[in-house]
Amino acid sequence: MTVTVAAVLAADGINIAKNVGFGIIAFGMVFAALCVVSTRNIVHAALWLVVVLGGVAAQYILAGAEFVAVSQVLVYIGAVMVLFLFGIMLTRAKIGSDEGMFNDGWALGIPVAALLFGLLGWVIIDYAGDDVIANQTPTPTVMLSDAYLGPFLIPFLALTFVLLAAAIGAIVIARKD
Amino acid sequence: MLAANFLLLSAVIFCIGVFGVIARRNAVLVLMSIELILAAVMLNLVAFSAVLGTIDGQVFTLFVIGVAAAEVGVGLAMVLMVYRNRRSIALDELSEMKG
Amino acid sequence: MIAADALPTGFFLDYAWLIPLVPAIGFALIIGFGKKLPYRGSEIGIASMAISTVLAVGAVVQWMQRVNTADSGSGSAGGDGGALESVNGFARSVFPSATAGENGEPYVEPVIRTWTWWQNGGLEFGLGQHIDGLAVLMLSLVAFISLLVQIFSLDYVRGDRRYTHFFAALTLFSAGMLVMVLAENMVQIILGWEIMGLCSFMLIGHWWEDTANSKAALKAFFTVRVGDIGLLVGTAIIFFGANQWAIDNLDSHGFSVQAISAWALSGDAGTQVLLWGSVALFIACIGKSGQFPLHTWLPDAMAGPTPVSSLLHSSTMVVAGVFLVARLYPVFWEGLAFGPGGLNLIAIIGAITLVIAALLAFVQDDIKKVLAYSTVSQLGMMMLALGTGAWLPAVFHVFTHAFFKCCLFLCAGSVSHSGSHHSFDMKKDMGGLVKKMPWTAGAWIVATLALTGVFPFAGFFSKDEIIVNVGENGYTTLMWIAYLGAFLTAAYMTRATYLTFFGEPRGAAAGEHHDDVDAHTEEPHDEALVAAGHHLDAQGEPEPGVGHVAAARADDGHDGHGHDDHAHGPHESGKLILVPVVILAFLATVSGFTNAVPFGEDFEILKRYVEPRAAVVDLEDARLAIAGGPGEALQLIAPSAAAVDACGFAAPPDGAVCFFPAVNHAPFKWSKGFLALGIVGAGLLSAWLFCVAFYGRRDRRLVGLTDRFAPARWGYLFLWNKYYLDHLYERVIVRGVAYPIANAAYWVNQHVIDRMVDDSGRGTRQVGEFMYRNIDQRVVDGAVNASGTVASETGHVLQPVQSGKVNQYGALLFGAAAVAGIVLVLINV
Repeated sequence: MTVTVAAVLAADGINIAKNVGFGIIAFGMVFAALCVVSTRNIVHAALWLVVVLGGVAAQYILAGAEFVAVSQVLVYIGAVMVLFLFGIMLTRAKIGSDEGMFNDGWALGIPVAALLFGLLGWVIIDYAGDDVIANQTPTPTVMLSDAYLGPFLIPFLALTFVLLAAAIGAIVIARKD
Repeated sequence: MLAANFLLLSAVIFCIGVFGVIARRNAVLVLMSIELILAAVMLNLVAFSAVLGTIDGQVFTLFVIGVAAAEVGVGLAMVLMVYRNRRSIALDELSEMKG
Repeated sequence: MIAADALPTGFFLDYAWLIPLVPAIGFALIIGFGKKLPYRGSEIGIASMAISTVLAVGAVVQWMQRVNTADSGSGSAGGDGGALESVNGFARSVFPSATAGENGEPYVEPVIRTWTWWQNGGLEFGLGQHIDGLAVLMLSLVAFISLLVQIFSLDYVRGDRRYTHFFAALTLFSAGMLVMVLAENMVQIILGWEIMGLCSFMLIGHWWEDTANSKAALKAFFTVRVGDIGLLVGTAIIFFGANQWAIDNLDSHGFSVQAISAWALSGDAGTQVLLWGSVALFIACIGKSGQFPLHTWLPDAMAGPTPVSSLLHSSTMVVAGVFLVARLYPVFWEGLAFGPGGLNLIAIIGAITLVIAALLAFVQDDIKKVLAYSTVSQLGMMMLALGTGAWLPAVFHVFTHAFFKCCLFLCAGSVSHSGSHHSFDMKKDMGGLVKKMPWTAGAWIVATLALTGVFPFAGFFSKDEIIVNVGENGYTTLMWIAYLGAFLTAAYMTRATYLTFFGEPRGAAAGEHHDDVDAHTEEPHDEALVAAGHHLDAQGEPEPGVGHVAAARADDGHDGHGHDDHAHGPHESGKLILVPVVILAFLATVSGFTNAVPFGEDFEILKRYVEPRAAVVDLEDARLAIAGGPGEALQLIAPSAAAVDACGFAAPPDGAVCFFPAVNHAPFKWSKGFLALGIVGAGLLSAWLFCVAFYGRRDRRLVGLTDRFAPARWGYLFLWNKYYLDHLYERVIVRGVAYPIANAAYWVNQHVIDRMVDDSGRGTRQVGEFMYRNIDQRVVDGAVNASGTVASETGHVLQPVQSGKVNQYGALLFGAAAVAGIVLVLINV
């Protein structure tokens, strides 16, 4: 697979700097993601997750989706991570490392993940092996807002109800009574 | 840049997330792994948006962000409730539904 | 072809939509603030109905001016050949070669205004008004009757615990009917229709603490709902049939009443679409207008307070079905082929209803139920008229019937309020009231004569017109059925009159007071009455004072009726009750002259102003007139020169449309008039003699006839059980639906098959037992057990998979997804 990635990197000569940046961020993300699923310290796992999500935000910027990137930082790193840390705190997991972070059958995950990756990699190389992202100028946010208040208005409204329902549901579920 | 860059990266993160969901015992960690999966999917959407030159992928990414926020809220509330009832959030102990 | 200048319109026509809006706002005000007001909301209800009445009467006047102008314009066109002429300050140029529609009358364009209510997927649903003669007639009728009923209710339900809600529901009910009456499109008709359904439920179940009342309310609601499905289906069918045609030809849509009418008569409409559409719509009318076989809810609806019954049965609710047929007459005309003549669904159902309901009225002891069946019977008459092409007589009968039936119900309410101590049982608690309640009795008798069709009263003209027209249109058998119905009507109304107002006073009418707890309820059902009656018998003649105290005490739990006025037995009701009754009795006397055919053309007011003109209208003009929005110019539509055949009998020529079929009008014949009078007279006389003999003298030859003579007994029981229709619905249909089919199969298995086995000989039984032992037990049970075992074993094998562990499920999920994905990819590569 490394060979493929290297070949892909080499084949694209349009913007070396972006490719190099992408590679560095991607490497960090993969490493951090591996740490999230393998560390024995639950708080560390949460912090590694911050790295992964930050990396995703950086990739969005590389792909020209600035507004999405900012939203990602706001929502995930700002709000969701706080939620996770509170969840960890309230469930009184040990702050330090903890044995028993894995299931008995954890090894089952490796073949499943490998199988999935094989499938996805194959499909991606086969389908989009030489598609080039020609233009990565940032998308104007006004286009997004036009889309939200135009053709996607109904899903947008529906999403507001989803969030409302989730907020109420979370309160109802977590309330002590 | 090649579209495959983004797609492969998202595939890798997706599979790592899948591994986490399968392997982890702590419910909060499983939720984090699900976040990894969602991040991978969103990256995919943005990449396709860039490849196709349309805005729709980004629109959907924002939808996914919204839904994921809701999911985390409800999921953590459930974890809290489970913890309150059983003093444990180890998933393999929550097996009362077994056949 | 250029349309002529505007016909006169005016404030009341342009703003006719205010007529339902005022009571609707009144409803909201009553609900919101009614309880805080000095008269607890009733003043708002009455005020809103009064405003509606004024507006509706204004609309009537302006509509008549409009028709007059159109007629004079047409006359000038005929005479001067298209010269310009100015009448009443309205200059019109009429199409020069304008010739007759049918009778040389121009088409009078209805005042149509629409506002978009909501849009969906390119469909626009409008709210609007479609004001023509029928609409203004019904609007004024409904508003006026509602006003009188509300005035009556002031006294009648005084002190009721849900006084405010009663007026609120009554007002909304009227608003619903008014919305439907001026509806411009089918969606609006459905809207008004359903508002009425809901309000009737609320009002019939007004005293829902009594189980019988809430059951009656539910029954009314559900029975009507059965029909409502027909309305929805019919509207959908018509819409899909008419929409494209309406868009292409009239720039309209498939909900518009006007467009549907034109489409139905255009000859472009598919026969099957029209047939099934009209059948579905008529099913709705069957439910709403209490036609056979869904008439059973109407008598039960008497559980509601009397003003409700009165409103329900005179001008609103039940008339809605008749109105729907009248409004969409072209659809029914074409769909059920009225034009060529011959029997059709509406005529048959109407005739059946007419007779069976009249027969049922003979065995009722409850005065309101007599009137209820009378209503059903009269509705059958209207449907019969509509189904035989007699549009105008049917509408005329709706008009007159509203007055005298409302009057009768209010009289019944007056009797129960002041004369029979809230009982409606004619045999137990009434009799001889003519001396005690002269005004009520007089009004009742006038209304009875009107209903039965005695000469100068309203019913004579309308009923006679129906009968004559039915006969004239070639339905001789149905005409004789209508005569039979008239005879029966005269007879049962005489019986009710005799039992209520003549003969010996009985029960409460004789000054007795029920001291039973149940007896004070306004609408006691049979059991309570029987109990109360027995109680009285046991006590003999209780002192009025004692009874009064007991009743007043018991009343505290109910509605706190002021009982001071009940202390001295039956007496005349107060002014608030009598005034509406007398007004209605007066109208029952004179309203027949609005279309008194025997007196010549000048008296045919309804024909001139209400019946739509069957004129062939040029398409361009029609399009202009229909498509207009609020405040559009109103056009005088010149009849097209190209009219060859009358509308409804042949398709209009290209480029022209019809909006109403050319219905036939029978000339009045004195022979038939006298025949009808004779039949009615015979009915009145024979019933009177029978009543005097049976109820008055207790003639030995008649009393107990049903015990001695088996066919009479069977007939009586058959009628007493209302043809067993309720049994059919409740015991067979409802249970069949309510219980799963498996239960029914089980029942058949247990009872039918078992009985067959029992009835067969011993050998058969042995075979049966053999079958049972071997086949049933071994083969069938064996198969069942075996399948169970297999399922169980499979379950055991698969059990470990269901570990209850989320992670394992996740692994299986993703693994399966991966494998499935790989398979898909491999297949597609």
